[in-house]
Amino acid sequence: MRSIGKYLSSAWRVLFGDPVRAFGVVSLILLLTLAIAPAKDHFSQWHSYQRKYLALIRDRGDAVSLRRRLQPGIHQIWLPELGVVDRCTTCHLGLKEASLSDVTQQPFRKHPVIPHPVDGFGCVICHGGQGPATTVAEAHHSERAGEEPILPMRYIESGCGQCHQNALAGTPQLNLGRTMLTRYGCVHCHAITRPDGSKIEATDHPPSLAHIADKTTREWIFSWLKDPQAYAASTTMPNFKLSDADASDISAYLVSSSTPHAGDTVVAGTKPASAADPAAGPSLYGESFCASCHSVQNAAGNLVGGDVGPELTRIGNKAKPEWLAAWLQNPRVYDSTTPMPHYRFTPQQIATLVDFLEAKSDTDYGSGVHLNAVTPQQIAQGRKRIVELGCAACHQINGVQKPENFAPDLGTIGSKPLAQIVFLPGMEHSLPSYIAAKIRQPRAFGTSVKMPQFTLTASQTDALTTALLAQTARSRSMPDSLRVAVIPETNYQPAGHAGKLITELACFSCHSFNGRGGDMAPDLSWEGSSVQRQWLTAFLHNPNTLRPSLIRRMPRFNLSDSDNTELTDYILTVYQSPAVDADSAPTTTTPDAVEHGRQLFYSKYACQACHIVDTKTDKGYIGPTLTQVGSRLTPAWIYAWLKNPQALRPGVAEPNQNMSDEDAHALTAFLMSLQAPGGRGAK
Amino acid sequence: MMTRLTANFRIRALAAVALFSLASLAGCKHQAPASAALKATAQGTALVESSGGHQVGATGTVLKDPLVVQVNDDQGNAVPGALVEFHGPARASFDPSEVLTDSSGQATTAVTLGNASGRYQIDAVTPGKTKTVSLAVVETALDYQQRVGAILVDKYCSRCHDPESSPQRVSNYDNLEVKPHQFTDGNTLNKMSDADLTSIILHGGPALNRSALMPPYGNTLSASDVKALIAYTRVVSDPQYQPPGTVYERK
Repeated sequence: MRSIGKYLSSAWRVLFGDPVRAFGVVSLILLLTLAIAPAKDHFSQWHSYQRKYLALIRDRGDAVSLRRRLQPGIHQIWLPELGVVDRCTTCHLGLKEASLSDVTQQPFRKHPVIPHPVDGFGCVICHGGQGPATTVAEAHHSERAGEEPILPMRYIESGCGQCHQNALAGTPQLNLGRTMLTRYGCVHCHAITRPDGSKIEATDHPPSLAHIADKTTREWIFSWLKDPQAYAASTTMPNFKLSDADASDISAYLVSSSTPHAGDTVVAGTKPASAADPAAGPSLYGESFCASCHSVQNAAGNLVGGDVGPELTRIGNKAKPEWLAAWLQNPRVYDSTTPMPHYRFTPQQIATLVDFLEAKSDTDYGSGVHLNAVTPQQIAQGRKRIVELGCAACHQINGVQKPENFAPDLGTIGSKPLAQIVFLPGMEHSLPSYIAAKIRQPRAFGTSVKMPQFTLTASQTDALTTALLAQTARSRSMPDSLRVAVIPETNYQPAGHAGKLITELACFSCHSFNGRGGDMAPDLSWEGSSVQRQWLTAFLHNPNTLRPSLIRRMPRFNLSDSDNTELTDYILTVYQSPAVDADSAPTTTTPDAVEHGRQLFYSKYACQACHIVDTKTDKGYIGPTLTQVGSRLTPAWIYAWLKNPQALRPGVAEPNQNMSDEDAHALTAFLMSLQAPGGRGAK
Repeated sequence: MMTRLTANFRIRALAAVALFSLASLAGCKHQAPASAALKATAQGTALVESSGGHQVGATGTVLKDPLVVQVNDDQGNAVPGALVEFHGPARASFDPSEVLTDSSGQATTAVTLGNASGRYQIDAVTPGKTKTVSLAVVETALDYQQRVGAILVDKYCSRCHDPESSPQRVSNYDNLEVKPHQFTDGNTLNKMSDADLTSIILHGGPALNRSALMPPYGNTLSASDVKALIAYTRVVSDPQYQPPGTVYERK
């Protein structure tokens, strides 16, 4: 103790022994104190990056101009209306330098070309992170309350989705994710609102289970509930990982609560054509273009066909023949909102198709399922489980109400604070990894989690995560002017008897009219201006192929003559384009004009690259075949189309050739001369 | 007092030692099976690509199809149980980066592209019987503009410019009298300047004295669309495109 005191007093004497010495020491301390701030600045991280940047550009050819554009010190993008205070450009110095495109070293890389300028939007709006921070760790990785780590590149499209609620051409991952939110039934349980307050609506079509016993057996329901993907790999129904007892109880409730529905079953009285000809079934299935909507697994295990309707690989295991016959006779009896058309099959065709489809079964499927007779306890327990699991959120079930707000609202899931998340051990502490893990394996987060197991590929999980990350709190506080709203589908409904026919034939499942409908087949909003009466009548009777390279084609409906006439009249009268003026259509059909048009077709415009006019010489098959176009289209339509195809059908691939009036007249004359054999309109 | 302190210190030291050994044990536990699982039981002499090469994906994303390579022996038979390691340029990652070949001799990994656009050469490496065998596979990462270009190419161009047909889409390439150039044909396209490519897209083949079968897209595509198309063709061209530099590129 004494020695320390001695030491201190001697040190005091050395430093402050006399006034001059004391003055010198105090000055020195003052100087050092004053130097702290500049030194801190000099040794700061951003300063060292700016020095590295200077070293990087020193040897480049355009070093002088690069150096001139470089401003030393802290840079800041301040946009009060967006709440942006971003200092990222302090270190990311090469963002706007086009000549640095070969630099791969961060933080000096050039920003890839995007439609928005960095100065107008800042960085954090898309990338996340802390804009005002000036150290790498704080700007990029902070996990403190209220702060967000930077968004990994694989989910970057979620940044676009904060303002762009519509489907952007350049963000396929975000678009896929958003489609999946509606298609995989996420929004049946989770409410997801867009920043403008509108709700994301489901587009899938979970079947009603009110009459399920008409359609299938309890054994099939049991096997299906245990593992839906074992029945159909492509189904969007998730796996609820039910125990045998639960699956047995739920199937008991569903079968016992199901009510018989008039017209749900038809006993086949006709002998199927396939009894005589085994090829009749497959050929009717092919002719009816069932594969445009339904898929079937082929021998190699690949799915062949569309995804509008359910997969039919093992339909024989599921559907009772008498139900299938009734469904094929008129699907709207069982389900009034089905996308499946009413084909108007003859009884023999129905018998043939039922025969063909029932043969699509797998004898191993569900062979080990033996269920005991239903007991009242089972029914009660089944109902309890149905309510707990929220089955009625998607399916209509007798005696169970559709639950409201069954699962958490995901409207601002993209801004969920990390402090509110319970991470699994060993998991990266970030919101994207939490969302992706939850989608991948929901039940890993606890046995009480009700969310079922979905079967998704890695890219599907990424897409879904991207779409959810776009649901941020920031997107709600953006100025309205920046918001690009989604274009909602119209509720257009054609009127009268023809309107009823259009609904029955489910035209909207493939075609779009006045902003409502599918995109599998051409938009028919202006079909009336486009085609000739005789052609349309004949086409509705027996649709022939216009585009040889398409696999999805228009099926044949067995329309009666009066229905056909009614539909033709309606289409020709109602679906008229204001841009096509039939009265001022070119009428020159002189041989000279036709010959001039032919030359323009083959030489100047080289239309044969995509279209076929003469089957002997032309081979192009991108556009429709034009061999008989003069019997199909109206001259006014052809003329207007040649002048500007995109004006009549937005987004069509045929380029606008900016054709002169004379050329368009001559080409119209040539195309109108291409008549079907047997004269105008004959078939 | 002194004794209590020492005792306290001893207990703490003991606890620290125990904790440390526990932690190291836990570490071992975590490490041990990983290295044991990747003990190669066989070695091959050749590596061949099964699938997953030449893919094009967005920067920072997982490629759609996994990369599958096969280890073969001298006779060309598949070798199960051989160790394959995947290496790539910085920021490209693999899940898993080391894998043993399965019963059919194949090693599968999911490739995540890095954040920079361009070509990624991925090396699959297996310790062979006599020397290490490696196989290079090239994948391409597209930035936003190139991806917009890829979407436009898919809509407007590939039906004629890509000779490959798929069940969904039949190529029109064989039907054309004058064959269009594939966008990967670097030997031809690298010689054309951006201005030439722009004018052939805007005004059609005749603008450069080429076939009229190539129609003009000047009234259909926007200026930024054309830039995106060119950016896409530049990134996929093989051999790689070198942008023209200033004459005094480097001092």
